[in-house]
Amino acid sequence: MNIVVCVKQVPDTGAERTLKSSDSTLDRVSVDGLINELDEYAIEEGLLIAEANPGSEVTILSMGPGKAGESIRKALSMGADKAVHLQDEALAGTDALGTSYALAKVLGQIGFDLVICGSESTDARMGVMSAMLAERLGVPQVSLASKVEIDGTSVKIRRVSDDGYHEVESTLPAVIGVVEKINEPRYPSFKGIMAAKKKPLTTMSLADAGIDPAQIGLGGATTEVIDFAQRPPRAAGTIVKDEGDGGAKAAEFLAGRRFI
Amino acid sequence: MTEVLVLAEHTDGDVKKVTGELITLARRFGEPSVVWTGPGAAEGQARCAEFGAARVYVADDAALEDYVVAPVAELLAQLVREKAPSLVLVAGTAQGKEIAGRLAVKIDSGLLTDAVDLVPGADGPVAEQSVFGGATVVHSRVKRGTPIVAMRPNAVTPEAAAGDAELVPVTLGTAAEGAKITERVVAERGERPDLTEASIVVSGGRGTGGAEGFVLIEQLADSLGAAVGASRAVTDAGWYPHQFQVGQTGKTVSPQLYMAIGISGAIQHRAGMQTSKTIVAVNKDAEAPIFELADFGVVGDLFKVVPQLLEEIGKRKQL
Repeated sequence: MNIVVCVKQVPDTGAERTLKSSDSTLDRVSVDGLINELDEYAIEEGLLIAEANPGSEVTILSMGPGKAGESIRKALSMGADKAVHLQDEALAGTDALGTSYALAKVLGQIGFDLVICGSESTDARMGVMSAMLAERLGVPQVSLASKVEIDGTSVKIRRVSDDGYHEVESTLPAVIGVVEKINEPRYPSFKGIMAAKKKPLTTMSLADAGIDPAQIGLGGATTEVIDFAQRPPRAAGTIVKDEGDGGAKAAEFLAGRRFI
Repeated sequence: MTEVLVLAEHTDGDVKKVTGELITLARRFGEPSVVWTGPGAAEGQARCAEFGAARVYVADDAALEDYVVAPVAELLAQLVREKAPSLVLVAGTAQGKEIAGRLAVKIDSGLLTDAVDLVPGADGPVAEQSVFGGATVVHSRVKRGTPIVAMRPNAVTPEAAAGDAELVPVTLGTAAEGAKITERVVAERGERPDLTEASIVVSGGRGTGGAEGFVLIEQLADSLGAAVGASRAVTDAGWYPHQFQVGQTGKTVSPQLYMAIGISGAIQHRAGMQTSKTIVAVNKDAEAPIFELADFGVVGDLFKVVPQLLEEIGKRKQL
């Protein structure tokens, strides 16, 4: 089975993240980049499916600047077989719609039985990529999966809903979106890290993938940031030390605000 | 006046609170037209009228209920082409965002997610979004196509207005059906409100020490008619089910009152609750970052503070 896992490099969520004043896009330079932690579940699920289906191959697909190579290497060191890096300066500032267009172009070229995505990226947090890719590729969308079962030519998932879950099934090829808790992503082993250095990594440009530059970049974006600002700190609250009356004081506060 | 499409969320004809919020919001931009999928429109009609819906497009094709997301997105695309609305509003739930994502591809239009406010601007609606764990406030707009906005539940106060909510039947054209739903399972949450819609959320963290300690969180929630939430530490440890996790990798909530009990307030958690209107925290550690957000905080042992709080709430209820 030909399994492609989409991976994004994001700024470390523990660092101070900002937008650039020049073009209001995410500052990806001054902050350390890491693999989007929610994509690690997608990689793990791809590896588990490949292990259960001998003859499968797991390809990592990532779009981003040269720096994103670090995240691709990590994905390879976890056990993926090869990687495709869509890299072109013109891609900077691309929005979700443009990203799905560009990734779908590459997927059309490299082919797939399964595309697997994490539930969202920790930077933009839109949670739309598996849905947009399924729409672009014209294949079923089996997303928000907390459990995946592959059976030859079909896939069954447990889809998390607002009030519980749905059992869902579809044919292959399909786009799978996984939520965290579906698995426990493995850590790269020393052997895996060494092996990753020799695994094939293909870099593709816009022209290689047949991507129309008008659809991507800041110019092709369908949305724009008008302005942004640091959230003003909340007015300092009242903090009391419990002297045997902490619960009573909290009740008083809640009553004052008419919550009780 | 141009139409604004509002995708209704409902269970068996019972209109969800967020839909009232979206209809209220739609009135700022035009005439609210609700899009109702599946059965129950007749039962939900009065509720839509209460918030000022001019009409309700009703599509009850089986495909809308039986297949994941794709048919609903197709229905919305069809209505956008026929009615040329100035704006499409959906609830910013996981599924709502997926529908919006597919719609954006279909009609080649910009999508803004997780908006906490939306106001008219010179070049179309301007959304306010809270990003990077709530640290940055961004205003953005759609510059191509029909704006699609996924609003965070609880962002707008529903306000009554007169509306006809005339039922208008529509038929779904051909749609790619895709993935089929074979079974629906509703998780037990008792009488408690839905986490993302609740006006009050009481969340417990590592400080509760385990599933037994977490019972105290449930008791406090029930005394306030609140939903229960949990930090990632709690769901990772298996003390409480995953679907109640609040934070970067869980649900984002924006209630009137958020109580963080035994939660330190790491960025992971703050990302999911920072836009709450009032925040109350109880934590042993005076240095816990949650106190930077709290309108009221108690530094102390939650196993002493919360029982006393419960007792006080009980007393006040009897008055």
